[in-house]
Amino acid sequence: MAEAHDYKAIGTSPVRPDGVDKVTGRANFGADLNLPNMLHGKVLRSPHAHARIRSVDVSRALEMDGVYAAISGADFPSGAEGDIQGEGGGTVSDLAQNIVARDKALYHGHPVAAVAAKTPYIAERALDLIEVDYEVLPPVLDVDEAMADGATLINENLHTNGDTSQPASNVAGITKFERGDVDEAFAEADLIVEGEYRTPTAHQGYIEPHACTATYSEEGKATIWCCTQGHFDVRSLTASVLGVSVGDLKVIPSEIGGGFGGKTVIYLEPLAVKLSEVSGRPVKMVMSREEVFRATGPTSATHSRVKVGAKKDGTITAASAWIAYEAGAFPGAPVGPGCMAIFAPYDLPNFRVEGFDVLVNKPKVAAYRAPGAPQAMYAMESAVDDLARELDMDPIDLRLMNAADEGTQAPYGPTFPPIGIRDCLQAAKAHPNYTTPKGEGVGRGIAAGFWFNIGMQSSAEVRLSEDGTVTVVEGNPDIGGTRASMCLMAAETLGVPYETVRAHVGDTESTGFCNVTGGSRTTFATGMAVVQACEDIIAQCKQRAAATWDIDADQVDWTDGEAVPQPGVNVDVQPLSLADIAGNAGRTGGPILGRASLNAQGAGASFSVNMADVTVDRETGKVDVVNFTAIQDAGTAIHRAYVEGQMQGGAVQGLGWALNEEYVYDANGEMENAGFLDYRVPVTSDMPMIDTHIVEVPNPSHPYGVRGVGETPIVAPLSVAANAVRDALGFRIPDLPLSPPNVLAAIDDREGA
Amino acid sequence: MAKVHVTTSVNGEEREVLCEPHQSLLDVLRDELGMTGTKEGCATGDCGACSVLIDGRLVCSCLMLGVEAEGVDITTIEGIANGSELHVLQRKFLEHAALQCGICTPGFIVAAKALLDTNPDPDETTIRYWLAGNLCRCTGYDKIVRAVQDAAQELAYEA
Amino acid sequence: MGAYAYARPTSVEEAVSVLASAAEAGQRTQMLAGGTDVLVQMRSVDRDPRTLVDVKHIAETNRVEIGSDEVFVGAAVPSGVLNENEELKAIFPGLIESADLIGSTQIQGRASIGGNLCNSSPAGDTIPAIIAAGGVCVIAGPSGTREVACEDFLTGVGTNVLGDTEFLLGMRFPRPPARSGDAYLRFIPRTEMDIAVAGAGVALHLDADGNCVHARVAIGAVAPTALLVPAAGEALVGTQVDDAALAAAGAACSAAASPITDKRGTVEYRIKVVGVLCRRAGAIARDRALGN
Repeated sequence: MAEAHDYKAIGTSPVRPDGVDKVTGRANFGADLNLPNMLHGKVLRSPHAHARIRSVDVSRALEMDGVYAAISGADFPSGAEGDIQGEGGGTVSDLAQNIVARDKALYHGHPVAAVAAKTPYIAERALDLIEVDYEVLPPVLDVDEAMADGATLINENLHTNGDTSQPASNVAGITKFERGDVDEAFAEADLIVEGEYRTPTAHQGYIEPHACTATYSEEGKATIWCCTQGHFDVRSLTASVLGVSVGDLKVIPSEIGGGFGGKTVIYLEPLAVKLSEVSGRPVKMVMSREEVFRATGPTSATHSRVKVGAKKDGTITAASAWIAYEAGAFPGAPVGPGCMAIFAPYDLPNFRVEGFDVLVNKPKVAAYRAPGAPQAMYAMESAVDDLARELDMDPIDLRLMNAADEGTQAPYGPTFPPIGIRDCLQAAKAHPNYTTPKGEGVGRGIAAGFWFNIGMQSSAEVRLSEDGTVTVVEGNPDIGGTRASMCLMAAETLGVPYETVRAHVGDTESTGFCNVTGGSRTTFATGMAVVQACEDIIAQCKQRAAATWDIDADQVDWTDGEAVPQPGVNVDVQPLSLADIAGNAGRTGGPILGRASLNAQGAGASFSVNMADVTVDRETGKVDVVNFTAIQDAGTAIHRAYVEGQMQGGAVQGLGWALNEEYVYDANGEMENAGFLDYRVPVTSDMPMIDTHIVEVPNPSHPYGVRGVGETPIVAPLSVAANAVRDALGFRIPDLPLSPPNVLAAIDDREGA
Repeated sequence: MAKVHVTTSVNGEEREVLCEPHQSLLDVLRDELGMTGTKEGCATGDCGACSVLIDGRLVCSCLMLGVEAEGVDITTIEGIANGSELHVLQRKFLEHAALQCGICTPGFIVAAKALLDTNPDPDETTIRYWLAGNLCRCTGYDKIVRAVQDAAQELAYEA
Repeated sequence: MGAYAYARPTSVEEAVSVLASAAEAGQRTQMLAGGTDVLVQMRSVDRDPRTLVDVKHIAETNRVEIGSDEVFVGAAVPSGVLNENEELKAIFPGLIESADLIGSTQIQGRASIGGNLCNSSPAGDTIPAIIAAGGVCVIAGPSGTREVACEDFLTGVGTNVLGDTEFLLGMRFPRPPARSGDAYLRFIPRTEMDIAVAGAGVALHLDADGNCVHARVAIGAVAPTALLVPAAGEALVGTQVDDAALAAAGAACSAAASPITDKRGTVEYRIKVVGVLCRRAGAIARDRALGN
């Protein structure tokens, strides 16, 4: 159980270091850079969801006044081989073809060509002059259609799991996990619940469209400014598409206006570099909102079937799941993590899960907050809710009875270290929003959430200024307050006030390698690097103090930001503060700089339990959320308000997915709602206050017990909403979203209207 | 293309600018006047990131032409603070952690200022409906609403 | 490549002359009031350059006048301005509510009900409310002004009776007698920011005994144009606007609807919900007329 700590900085909620710039409009985001002599790039996109490209002719666009470059797939290296280095995975060839189509357009909005011109207006008009000869092919628009016998093939050379002895297929991969004797265990069950569920294609919906500016120099090197979750990944991905060395590219991250996983990949950067190379001028490219929806990674639509067997007392004997994920036009749906996450909250001796990575003619999916988990766990948590009803058991008690614990072998392999699922369930059971009886006509839903969290590579430097102020330099773009977390951990470790610490996100040439801001890894892994770099500083400060006092370094303690002789060391000296040591550094050996680089292990899983009360207007099908409670294990909350903020933001994002968000396609595969008007993310007036309760079961692998908190919050709300609507209506609607037309149609079906 | 000469006032300072007739005020602010604090999230009036005040009235600068700004007073996020002293809303957004990525923040602060300028004591529902045209994808709105409530309270206390 | 141009007439005559010379030269024009639809269309569905004629600087299009018999609302008055007019709100609460439903606070800072009408979307929120309130369009053209009842102004999806040398000056409304009330409700999936999936406006007068003596009901987003539904009004007249009468009016609205299935809703959904909205709006209008 959690050990009580007397932290000074950790667990407080100070103003973030980059805050003033962000409330005054001074902070520079992706589209905010303007360079002298700069051109504006625009992308020509396929008007067909599936088409062979016979030819692309950019010559007429180039003739237009004010146009300085026009490029197409032919301007990029072909035959790139190998796998991508980075979080997302996949092949270089798929990435390159997603940046600009070669012989086939695979989704409506797939880039086909690009131009650079004096103004955005001229660039857009020039696109109209590019001639593309398409042979239109029938589109494949959902997993069922894609998996059916005789389906149109999106990639004629794709074989399931690479097995070329089998015919080509739209199923890129099949993932299977199994433990115990599942069939026997179902036979032993007193009760079996089964369900079939669908979730729609949903977009991350970050408010800032993708943007970048590139400038190419005559020596063959390029600089890219862009909004990204990971500039080191932008560097390696762009280099692989362009066929250049990472050393030829420098990537400078701007502030980033949201990502949620969608900015861990690249879209514009290679085009901007190429346009700059051709034109000899800097080129800025900014997507429109419509382009963001049509051509950047949403997350997978899914179709799933789940079966759960239990004894009369509620003990789950077996569970099985079949889940098909849409990958979009290239392999890479988050089917692996979905299959690994689906049963994670439970201690199951017998289970089987089978997942399918299925190509469809839609944009290639990208990571979206706990990628794959919300869809899979939506199915399981709905089935568990139904099981509780069948058993007439409290849904929290049922989950407590079957919950995983420290020492449980996780369904995905490892044995759990201390985890917080039980603490979250108990906190939920005691929460006033659960103990208070629900109102008339109100439906109440509850569900569990989970995300693995990742570690991976991080670097950090901590520099002491001559007055003892501290600068932390690391390489993770700050998407939600991580500078503040870094400063808090540095302040805690060094024993100095938070206000004396600044954090800087360095570019690819001014800080060490860091993997993306993603996987809920930044506060955990980069935070660990910052703590180690601070420990490096402390070690050096002890040495400087020891030299000053003429004792050994191991006779010096570091207490409350000061070097002091250890008890029993017989010297008559005053403690030396960080400022004292920094100010004297020139006389004791030079500037003091701490460094750390690591590949962090042991990112602790973060579990959650969420609940909500809803009402349903039975005449219009409209669902209103009356209250919502997010309970989650943060390990240790470094910046409490930003931990709460992650929980609240994820809750609302998940509710949007559950209630209204979906890609609507016409029969030709064109998205019909490519804007914030009809892709309906929640607005302020849709939502109540989101109550939070932070559980803290420290992660033993992190010096301060941190677990990542960014992704878990979006997992449970889908099933919370569905379970609450189930409670209000008296029957389950298994397909999301629970939008008014869908809900009313279900009510009418039920009532035979 | 015939550009139009426009004289307008931005945050109290007279500015002259040549606008193409099709350019939005947002594009003119950002690209011609170099004031990039006002953000583009959609360019269709659906997200509110480009909110500015025109003669004190809240509008989306993406849905107004630059040429329409002739003779008006424009207030942008850059004009909300009083010199080096933050506006109470700016302080409250910081204190309540009412921003995560920060891209929607300028629009929210401009919109909230327009609210408090006309209604110093709004209830939660009024705040939520007034701000419905400003999308935030990070915070779930909770801390934004609390920041506005707290700012209103402080303004009332000062008054 | 053609280019956009911008004109800013300051009188009705100047505006008509800008339109006439453009028509003569075969140039396209586009009237601009709040611009909240026009600017979006310029960037998406209709990118062809044209002359934008800004009608906001003409006195008549900015006039709001509340007379003893009649109310005039200029075509370019932003809905935000209308919403701050307490007197107007007391007379036509439903009409003003409909203006208050157009988009966000930001949109309402620019968007006018005249522009909403001229955009002639089947789902324009103010249109059923204008029709219910008996609005008459005042149209300026080369030979003076002419008037057309609002329900006759619309000719199809995005089209209306305006000729290419004409523009909308404003709308005239008869001032309702005592014991009158109006209401507009629309259905959207969220609480704000959406286009109506269906909408219904009701305006009625009651006699001293609470019997309905006059009622106009109009519906939106369920046909190519907003529609006046005479049968729904007739179902209310002569009743106390009780549940049975409201149900009959709702049924008449559902019967009059001929919607399509699109990204915002299905045929079945719209037919059902427009009836629900008529019932609910009718009850609000009745309560307002009763002074409740």
